[in-house]
Amino acid sequence: MADSVYVFWLFGIFVALLAIVGFYCILITSNLIRTLIGMEIVTKAVTFLIILVGRSTGNTGLAQSFAITLIVVEVVVIVVASGVVISVFRRNGSIDVNLFRNLKG
Amino acid sequence: MIDDLVVNAALCMLMTAAAIWTVVTVRLLRAAIGLALTSALLTIVMYRFGSPLAAAFELSVCAGLISVIFVSAITLTSRLSSDRLNQRESEVLRRFWFLPLLVIIAGVILYKTSIPIEIIAFEGKTAAQDDVRSIIWNTRHLDLIGQIAILLAGAIGVVLLFKERKHG
Repeated sequence: MADSVYVFWLFGIFVALLAIVGFYCILITSNLIRTLIGMEIVTKAVTFLIILVGRSTGNTGLAQSFAITLIVVEVVVIVVASGVVISVFRRNGSIDVNLFRNLKG
Repeated sequence: MIDDLVVNAALCMLMTAAAIWTVVTVRLLRAAIGLALTSALLTIVMYRFGSPLAAAFELSVCAGLISVIFVSAITLTSRLSSDRLNQRESEVLRRFWFLPLLVIIAGVILYKTSIPIEIIAFEGKTAAQDDVRSIIWNTRHLDLIGQIAILLAGAIGVVLLFKERKHG
């Protein structure tokens, strides 16, 4: 079990690093497509965490079913969000959020 | 065991480096390719962690379909002029120069920190309980219904977004 704890801790560091990269991208950028890319990276960190927990607890079957559900949700979110980005571009001629003034109160 | 650990850790380092490159690179198309590379490396790690079916999903959907969606979205939005591209390059450098440093510092701090964690092993499982197909089809019906509902909602959302508006 000590071995499982060590493996979980070691690879958990990479989960945290991926999440940091994704959140940094979301917080810093003003480009909508880049925001989606940051969101994708955070989702990858979550997928990796689910698989890592499955491996550490010895329950890979359940972990895989959760990971597959997460992947399906992820792809639908990205498809709809990309549609929104393209619609925003057609309406405003830009995907830079700093240039949008339509919703300004 | 040690060899496995070293290879897996090396793959994870490559994956983190690919994610950083995805965020730091100036051109969006390169960022999409970097994201596909990150997904492909995650697929290898997932396969090595004993999750082949989820790995196949990750490779086909995340590295394949989502990359295609991103490339399509990038193509349908505007191309930058060379002046604007140079300006964007300096902007990206100014905003993201700190990221690789932050990742290295966070990695070192997390490696040095020791938080006591307890892992409870899943015991008494049968072969059927470990089979992902049997779990998806027999144990987690509600997840399947939810997935179908989400796919339908996504399809309807895209149709509504791209519906031509009647003028006049």
